[in-house]
Amino acid sequence: MTSREAMLKEIRTSLKRETGTPPPPPPPVRLVIPKVDRAAKVDSLLSKVAALAGKTLHASSMAEAREYVAGVIAGKSAVASNEPFLKEAGISTLPGVQCGFTEEAALREACAVTDFGISSATYALADTGSLVMISSLNEARLVSLLPPVHIAIVPAERILSGLDELYMLVPKPSDISSSMVLITGPSRTADIEQLLVRGVHGPGEIHVVVVD
Amino acid sequence: MTTVFDEKIHSTLGDSRLQLAIYKATGRLMENRKKVVADDVLPDYQELRQQAHEIKRHAINHLDYYLEEFERNVQARGGVVHWCRDGQEVADVVLSIAKRRKTGTIIKSKSMATEEIELNERLEHHGLESVESDLGEYILQLNHEKPYHIVAPALHLTRYDVADIFTKHLGLEREVVIEKQTKIARNIMRDKFLEAGIGISGANFLVADSGAVVLVENEGNARLSTTAPKVHIAVAGIEKIIPRAQDLATMLKVLGRSATGQPLTVYTSFLSSVRRENEVDGPEEFHVILLDNGRTKVLANESKRESLFCIRCGACLNHCPVYRKIGGHSFPWVYSGPIGAIITPQFHGVENQPKLAFASSLCGACGEVCPVKIDIPKVLLELRADAKEKEKEVASNQLERAAFQVFAYIASRPKLWRRLTGLAGTFNPMGKQANGMAKVPGFMKLGPLQEWLSERDLAPVAPKSFRTMWKERKG
Amino acid sequence: MAKRVTIFVTCIVDQLFPNAGMAMASVLEQLGYEVDFPEAQTCCGQPAFNTGYRDEARTVALHTMKVLKGAEYVIVPSGSCTSMISHHYHDLFPKDSPEYHEAEELSHRVYEFSKFLTDVAKVEDFGANYDGVVTFHDACHGLRDLKVKDGPRRMLANVKGLELREHDTCEECCGFGGTFSVKFAELSGHMVRTKLDSIVRSGADTVAAVDCSCLMQIQGAISRAGLPIKTKHLAEILASR
Repeated sequence: MTSREAMLKEIRTSLKRETGTPPPPPPPVRLVIPKVDRAAKVDSLLSKVAALAGKTLHASSMAEAREYVAGVIAGKSAVASNEPFLKEAGISTLPGVQCGFTEEAALREACAVTDFGISSATYALADTGSLVMISSLNEARLVSLLPPVHIAIVPAERILSGLDELYMLVPKPSDISSSMVLITGPSRTADIEQLLVRGVHGPGEIHVVVVD
Repeated sequence: MTTVFDEKIHSTLGDSRLQLAIYKATGRLMENRKKVVADDVLPDYQELRQQAHEIKRHAINHLDYYLEEFERNVQARGGVVHWCRDGQEVADVVLSIAKRRKTGTIIKSKSMATEEIELNERLEHHGLESVESDLGEYILQLNHEKPYHIVAPALHLTRYDVADIFTKHLGLEREVVIEKQTKIARNIMRDKFLEAGIGISGANFLVADSGAVVLVENEGNARLSTTAPKVHIAVAGIEKIIPRAQDLATMLKVLGRSATGQPLTVYTSFLSSVRRENEVDGPEEFHVILLDNGRTKVLANESKRESLFCIRCGACLNHCPVYRKIGGHSFPWVYSGPIGAIITPQFHGVENQPKLAFASSLCGACGEVCPVKIDIPKVLLELRADAKEKEKEVASNQLERAAFQVFAYIASRPKLWRRLTGLAGTFNPMGKQANGMAKVPGFMKLGPLQEWLSERDLAPVAPKSFRTMWKERKG
Repeated sequence: MAKRVTIFVTCIVDQLFPNAGMAMASVLEQLGYEVDFPEAQTCCGQPAFNTGYRDEARTVALHTMKVLKGAEYVIVPSGSCTSMISHHYHDLFPKDSPEYHEAEELSHRVYEFSKFLTDVAKVEDFGANYDGVVTFHDACHGLRDLKVKDGPRRMLANVKGLELREHDTCEECCGFGGTFSVKFAELSGHMVRTKLDSIVRSGADTVAAVDCSCLMQIQGAISRAGLPIKTKHLAEILASR
């Protein structure tokens, strides 16, 4: 008997279940989606990010977002994701910014030494201040992970009320990507004497720019 | 009989520095949780707990079905599922992958399941380097220690201890500033993440309908361990299963809040396969190891089965007045606190851990804060009954059993009870201290009475019992 | 006609703290209840149950169930003995056995003393006088199993001359835990001293609770520490004049 068969057999014996018997329906899914208008969602997102020591900007245009990013990265290096609107807005083409990576090895090499990672986010969650990063050709995983600072540009219409709305819109993240990551504030630890230290393995600084 | 458990309790109680460290850290975690589950902040908290309980109950009661569904979904996207009965089988799987990939370095993110089977030691035994990347776990690994707490593994160490450990094991100059210590670990880990051929993670949840592994963390080491290396292996206890991705909307809301008081931890990763064609990065191989290691045994008893609902938030430890005194290392296994007290005897056999379920005042604080509503005190009581049954089988602890048999005999015979309790008042050999407390003569200072008096004074038997007073008043 | 209530005074109150039992009876009589004390009562069986001796606990439970049969309201000066009867008796019997149903039925008739006052009698002011600074210890089973929390505090606040002052660990266990207190004596001692530190910080001169077993533990530690702090069952304060 393989371990698989042995384990399943023991489970079924313990539970007094027959092979292949389908279970009764699981408890109904609990998704409660509040009605929140866009302005309130923007405010909530930005205030939650700020409360987590993230830096925030509510930009009225992509041009304003670009100016902000230009100011933050001035004189330093950055890697931008392949998100088309970053290119259209001229953010990926700012001085010092590399982009267009489609090969993992090259991307990893660039991200390991750069100062900033610039990305979009598929969604953002207003009630927790989270960015929802769904991996794709446009959004590589390492851009928001390896550089010491992460800058995310989020169009306001992508802000959801919270987790419940996310799981309503994306009931099975595995259908669309190998990886969906929620990012809520900068990387942190409190492992030594419960003292909060930011930037352990992930970015220690995060900027969230919401664009109307 | 004094056991190792008793000795560890005694030494922890006597260490005032450690006492303060545990009390402060758990106190802070309690405060953090309280703030985020308060009525005005999260009015539906109790409904969420109930929903989380029902999700876990349903999943565990139909575990075979959901594990097979999970397996099908992982396989459908090119992942591999391994079923392992114990730590040896897990090590074998990892070793064969490492051999095939010709890699000697493994980067690990925090996982209680791998702690449970001592995976690092097993792999190191075969010449592999397996490095813990979570800051706390890394410190413990350097110092060859077990986690002190499920979510705060190095809770018992100060910055000075960490400085000593780094100096001793890394040969670095003494550094006592926590930010700089963190930086040291970050720099060491950076290279490891990029050179490791395999990343091993645990799993906070296994999602059946998606074939996905969910990881919850704050540092980013789990993300790095599962993104940078070419191979990702997740090691998970079979009880981690939940039916649907949408159930995460409930589970994630209670997990972070209960653990550290965070509505969501910094990173929540939902990983379901290798890098896909339309993606830039991610691993080339995705393996999930489903670990039994005693879990299927725990399933057999319907009410104790609840122990497997645990999502390892650590809230029961923080709120336990016993854990807060005796700490994590007094417990015999990697799982400490109330959850450790209920799962350890079930995994290892109640006869091998006869005292553990008794090390509780049954105050119920653990059950009150459990995000999946495990009735921990009830399971403790059942394990106590199991322990007494085992004692009966092997005829041990006869004196105590005889005492309770006599007690039951008398307490179910009211006349005898009245006569004997009446005697206690009349022929009480105890005197009284100046403050009215009992003065116990030396010959009585034995057994339980001696234990009681070792720590506190005893209230005297009243000169007149309630029964007598009542009778006199009624005339 | 005066309504009849039955009191189950518990073995600890009978033997060690009879004044608490008498005070409970007098508060109930003051409210116009006719108080019945069935002579045949002994112990609820909790010591055996909590130590894992289920057969022995069952024997005592069956006796207590017989004694309390037919009583409309059973009132107990202890949260943990109440909880033993209302929350654990049925666990001693096979599901759906007659005894199981009897235990279930009894569970609805058993009240911890303060819970009876708040939920049935609906009286919280007894015209009591008590000169002192009182802090209230939330006995674990009363608090968590029976949800006794604000009631006793409101009652204490109505007592003339009494100042109610919380201690910061009011919801933390005193470390008694029945046989736990002697099986893990040193640990239990550390727990009660943490409780005591908090009581001392509050500046209270009296500790009140709805459980004499907690009070026995706290009183023992107070005495050992030589502190001038009294322990009182809630009923004793409500019956003070």
